[in-house]
Amino acid sequence: MPLLSVENLGVEFQTPDGTVNAVNGLSFTVDQGETLAIVGESGSGKSQTAFATMGLLARNGRATGKVHFDGQELLALPERDLNRIRGDAVSMIFQDPMTSLNPYLKVGPQMIEVLQLHKGVGKRAARDEAVRMLDAVRIPDAKARLNQYPHEFSGGMRQRIMIAMSLLCRPKLLIADEPTTALDVTVQAQIMKLLAEIRQEFGTAMILITHDLGIVADSCDRTLVMYGGRVMEEGPTDALFAKPSHPYTVGLMKAVPRLDVDQDDLQTIPGEPPDMSRLPKGCPFSPRCAHVRDICRGTMPPLEPHGPLLRACHAPPAEVEKEITA
Amino acid sequence: MLTYIARRLLVAIPTLLALIVVSFLLMEFAPGSPFATERGVPAEVLANLEREYGLDRSLIERMGIYVWNVVTQFDFGPSFVFTDRSVNELIAQGFPVTLTYGVWSFIVAVLVGVTLGAFAAIKHNSALDYAAVGITVGAQVLPNFVMAPILVLIFTLWLGWLPGGGWQGGQIEYVILPVIALSTSYMASIARITRSSMLETLNAGYVRTARAKGLPMRRVIFRHALKPAMLPVVSYLGPAFVGMITGSVVIDVFFSTGGIGQFFVNSALARDYSVILGITILFGALTIFFNLLVDVAYAWIDPKIRY
Repeated sequence: MPLLSVENLGVEFQTPDGTVNAVNGLSFTVDQGETLAIVGESGSGKSQTAFATMGLLARNGRATGKVHFDGQELLALPERDLNRIRGDAVSMIFQDPMTSLNPYLKVGPQMIEVLQLHKGVGKRAARDEAVRMLDAVRIPDAKARLNQYPHEFSGGMRQRIMIAMSLLCRPKLLIADEPTTALDVTVQAQIMKLLAEIRQEFGTAMILITHDLGIVADSCDRTLVMYGGRVMEEGPTDALFAKPSHPYTVGLMKAVPRLDVDQDDLQTIPGEPPDMSRLPKGCPFSPRCAHVRDICRGTMPPLEPHGPLLRACHAPPAEVEKEITA
Repeated sequence: MLTYIARRLLVAIPTLLALIVVSFLLMEFAPGSPFATERGVPAEVLANLEREYGLDRSLIERMGIYVWNVVTQFDFGPSFVFTDRSVNELIAQGFPVTLTYGVWSFIVAVLVGVTLGAFAAIKHNSALDYAAVGITVGAQVLPNFVMAPILVLIFTLWLGWLPGGGWQGGQIEYVILPVIALSTSYMASIARITRSSMLETLNAGYVRTARAKGLPMRRVIFRHALKPAMLPVVSYLGPAFVGMITGSVVIDVFFSTGGIGQFFVNSALARDYSVILGITILFGALTIFFNLLVDVAYAWIDPKIRY
């Protein structure tokens, strides 16, 4: 039985311009200790999927469907019971480490309160544990650093602190929402390496939300490609990267700048990300797709197996696959 | 921090001197005189009066003597209009009254304003929120010279619960109506500032982090959101406090409290130079002091601010 299973998740927001469907009928699972990458460009609904899972949607947002975690139905839980789970068995790292730590509180108390809340440990024991965890994420001089404010740390260090804080209660699942997007490239690599090591040490399952395919290839067991709030393609990372069969995945792969080939131009996917309040009736990617046919505009293709992958596309796999090798 | 406070207090000295010079000049250029009456005064009498009060000297001389007396003896001189009374006496008589209802107004405005604003933000777009916005907009557009007669009409004339004026040494029933009339619009401003800044804070990344940690909402608000949400409120409180403890002419006149605001306006009308200057300096000094307090409070709330 999977640790997390999301079934037919929908997220909608009531806005002055009408209802915006950020996520539509999304289903996926994460096993114990597994790493799942959710990939997609801005506005594809990947972050909202994470927020919905954690019960952190904005006030005007509403989640439908089922999110089953470790024997409990998260979407049906009252806030009180949800609070026992989040921060403890499931924790989350956010995109911008500059704003996700409270600038008005010292780092120590921000870390300690998690342990006090969920594990009921005393202040001193919690402090010791916080120091141990900061050591584990390689913050030098951790003990003294607990008495400092977030602005006294660099961006990379703040993200390490967020990671340390999210791991304090030894969660079964860690949701990392673009954890390296706000950091520069060398720091990105350090953070990803750290996450990989820590996951191994603690056996934590992880959902990595990102638009950076390079990170995914190195660190994730399975990959789910999202567009317009729906799954486009999903499967083991190796297989997906070796032979993508969905036009959108192919487009993403081709858009990754390569160092081994002499490129004059940056490859892009033509068109713009979809307006989520006015999604087309059929496949959300159809207005930008090179393989589009009439049926795509009217009917959303079902998610069907193709070798080790699941793909939602009307175009025959062979037609799409040959594009990336050509 | 201490050196910063000391430096700010030193800067206050030239600021107050500039205040004296500007006030002196303004009074000099204003037409009229404290001794001008409808019937006119014989030239000899006027000359004697002017000599008595030192008005025959040059502007520079008068300013010098004034500053010297203030600095060395803390003496703001005699009143030109209230014979035999000094400015110090007038302030000593009126300021405690103003201070009393001013401090009460401040306490009421802050307690009610912050509570109302914070709850409106937490229950954003609820009936409570709309009610709070309605009340504060109403309170803000209702000036206290409209507010005061309405209060007297209701609580004195119709219900007969409270006296409509007087002071009686500051007995509680005489303080209530002036406090309500004075504090309402400040309360409304504080509530509105609190609401909008709390709304902003509740959308901040670190509040989301706090919720993701599993903290109950009450704890998220008190521990993570309240302090940053109070920053804009605190910066408003400095000038607001000075505004309240220096009182309001309307309150003093309408409720016959005998506060300092009444002296201030009467002295301006009667060209009572020394009283105007004395009260101006008092207000100026208070403003400087409370702005300093606000800045110190800022550094205490926000660790990024260091002086």
